[in-house]
Amino acid sequence: MQDQMRPMLHARGISKFFPGTIALDEVELCLHPGEVHALLGENGAGKSTLIKCLTGAYRRDGGTIELDGQEVDPQSTADSQRLGIGTVYQEVNLLPNLTVAENLFLGRQPRRAGLVSRRKMNAQAGELLRGYGLEIDPAEPLTAYSVAIQQVVAIARAVEMSGKVLILDEPTASLDRDEVQLLFSVIRQLKDRGLAIVFITHFLDQVFDISDRATVLRNGQVVGTRVLSQVSQKDVVTLMLGRQLEARVHERRAGAAGKPLVEFRGLGKRGSIAPFDLTVHEGEVVGLAGLLGSGRTETANLVFGVDQADSGSIHLRGKEISVSNPREAVTHRFALCPEDRKTEGIVGDLSVRENIAIALQARQGWMRPIPKARINEIAENYVRALDIRLASLDMPIRLLSGGNQQKALLARWLATNPDFLILDEPTRGIDVGAHAEIIALIEQLRADGMALLVASSELEELVAYSTRVVVLRDRRQVGELTGDRITPDNIVHAIAEETA
Amino acid sequence: MPGPKPSTLKRITPQLLILAAALLLNVLVFPDFFHVDFRNGRLFGNLIDVLNRGAPVALLCIGMTLVIATKGIDLSVGAVMAIAGATAASVVVEGHGWGTALIAALATGALCGLWNGILVAVLRIQPIVATLVLMVAGRGVAQLITEGKILTFSNEGLIHLGAGTVLGVPTPILIWMALGATVIFVVRKSALGMLIEAIGINERSSRLAGINSRVLLICVYLVSGLCAALAGVIVAADIKGADANNAGLWLELDAILAVVIGGNSLLGGRFSILASLLGAMIIQSVNSVILLSGMPPEFNLVIKAVLILAILVIQSPRIGNLVYMLRASGPQPQPDTPPIHANRKEEAK
Repeated sequence: MQDQMRPMLHARGISKFFPGTIALDEVELCLHPGEVHALLGENGAGKSTLIKCLTGAYRRDGGTIELDGQEVDPQSTADSQRLGIGTVYQEVNLLPNLTVAENLFLGRQPRRAGLVSRRKMNAQAGELLRGYGLEIDPAEPLTAYSVAIQQVVAIARAVEMSGKVLILDEPTASLDRDEVQLLFSVIRQLKDRGLAIVFITHFLDQVFDISDRATVLRNGQVVGTRVLSQVSQKDVVTLMLGRQLEARVHERRAGAAGKPLVEFRGLGKRGSIAPFDLTVHEGEVVGLAGLLGSGRTETANLVFGVDQADSGSIHLRGKEISVSNPREAVTHRFALCPEDRKTEGIVGDLSVRENIAIALQARQGWMRPIPKARINEIAENYVRALDIRLASLDMPIRLLSGGNQQKALLARWLATNPDFLILDEPTRGIDVGAHAEIIALIEQLRADGMALLVASSELEELVAYSTRVVVLRDRRQVGELTGDRITPDNIVHAIAEETA
Repeated sequence: MPGPKPSTLKRITPQLLILAAALLLNVLVFPDFFHVDFRNGRLFGNLIDVLNRGAPVALLCIGMTLVIATKGIDLSVGAVMAIAGATAASVVVEGHGWGTALIAALATGALCGLWNGILVAVLRIQPIVATLVLMVAGRGVAQLITEGKILTFSNEGLIHLGAGTVLGVPTPILIWMALGATVIFVVRKSALGMLIEAIGINERSSRLAGINSRVLLICVYLVSGLCAALAGVIVAADIKGADANNAGLWLELDAILAVVIGGNSLLGGRFSILASLLGAMIIQSVNSVILLSGMPPEFNLVIKAVLILAILVIQSPRIGNLVYMLRASGPQPQPDTPPIHANRKEEAK
């Protein structure tokens, strides 16, 4: 039915190369007027690259964009706005200290005798927002209103300026349930006005709530476009995570894990992760599975004291301990390799040697410096053991490749001789070789009796090393798989399972 | 202390060259510049004056280097000098000894540093704003202590700190050199230096690695306050009085400049206190050139600004790159990153 109509936007063969990677590989995206089209995919799948190519923020390396039947070639975001493609980002890209009306009309204020007419502007703004069902005073500063209302103002501005295609990049990420409904009612109105709307989010429920179709990206390629009324959430998750769900032959580790090492009882933090119980044994790898935003990183951060729990308790070898900050966690021989290597892991300008020594030094305290010779010995040992490729231990760690940085961070924590090692996306953004090495290392550490908690979005990887998989969804634990039940298929099932 | 290692020497080479140039300028305008006399049990000479007059900025830049290494800045040091001077003066005026006065002044400085540190590390206020508070309020506090007057004193012990000599060397020189050496020693022989650099480069990563960044941040502001207090006592002792309005006025800017001339990045991270101290001496040498050249004092500030601009331009990364490229542009251009397999041999050794 809709296929009979001329598409509002038809992008064909869009490619984008970055040094060493193909970010987008001949991607096709077709938007009909009056359609909400979800764009799905895990981090790094190419969603934002595609958006940036469509809006002219990036120069695409190949492909054509047809907008309303006309071939267009936007050179900049301003250009694409003029052509009719408006974008609203998660972080509202308006000016918070200007008024609502000024934000709406910035750069094209109604003028009288060459001067900006405030009264006219406020009247027009009020009119415009009433059209969206908002009764607010446009003369108030933007910050006087909630993020949801700011989002609507941003949308109104984008629609006023563009009016053909509206791209919403994670608009609901920081909204609560009621605010999401407010936003959705606005989206439905725009849909009725014939706009083509691209909706990017990690919340699958919302996708099914508001979208008509979805295009799923993986590793820079389109893996499918589906009419959502004809598929289940599970189908979509399978597309996103992209595993042919053939049952991998997998030898389950013989012999149960060792003694319980750490136990989390009812640990939780409001707005971050619902209270959960979790015990990790010596010689056990507990995998944390779930989509982005399901609470994987939140769990890791809570366990390591990066975020402070507001409920529950932590027990180490049966004794209750306090972990209110990473420093305390380190003294209990916990270790965390965070998800975001660049901002939370490496200390970029320090040498590789110092980066490896820093956690051990922090635990020893500043008064007992580790002797130079000892640092060298430790660093050289790990460089050899983990096969870290570098020109010199003195080079700043930021010059290493992603995989080598990750190995150096593992070395940092292994040097502290941890009992409990938490890894958050240990293989994100690293090359294939390093990937396999890190997985082998996890297996070896487990065999040596360490307790590990590993959060990952890579299902096959989780299946490969986990002795147990905890499944998260919407910031709560929803299931646990053990033994032979750990298969990609079962994990997908648990992730996508409709909550009753 | 052991002599500077080759890496240290390499680090301070630009500062040494600039200092040499500044001293040469001094000799050009005043040929007797390097002449040092020993009269009445005391060293005299223009070189000694540079070392002596540069003491306040040298002291300030020790603490300032640490603060800047953490990606912070301390604008309040000038005002803290005034507070400490006023405290020392009022203590001796009330009849206590110079030791009590010195301790009181240092305690005040520490308190000021603690205040800054808490604003920055606990309340997470941007350093430039947090220390601006005390920069403005500090002079007021100092005026309250001196009750609005210039508080003069005649306590010999206190005056000795600013105007006296030990073994013929003016006391301020000994104080800044001793403090500088002590702080460099403590920072480099313990792990403090590395930890401070780490929080300056990436505080979040550092905290996740278990570093107590909050306490470290408070400590560097505390050290900065102590350095400022010592500088304030010296300045007050030198003029035998505490001038709440003028003591240390604008010296925070000279201290920051000394740190910058010392090649330390305002973005935090790697630091060298030795290079900052050389920076302080460069500034004082420039002051000296202007004085010795006999130019009308109206020109002083302008000339100083021009000289310092020249120093900064020479040190700027753009010029550095240019020099590097001119030097590197030989017949065989080197690839800037060798391929990985080439690195593996080195790694094997």
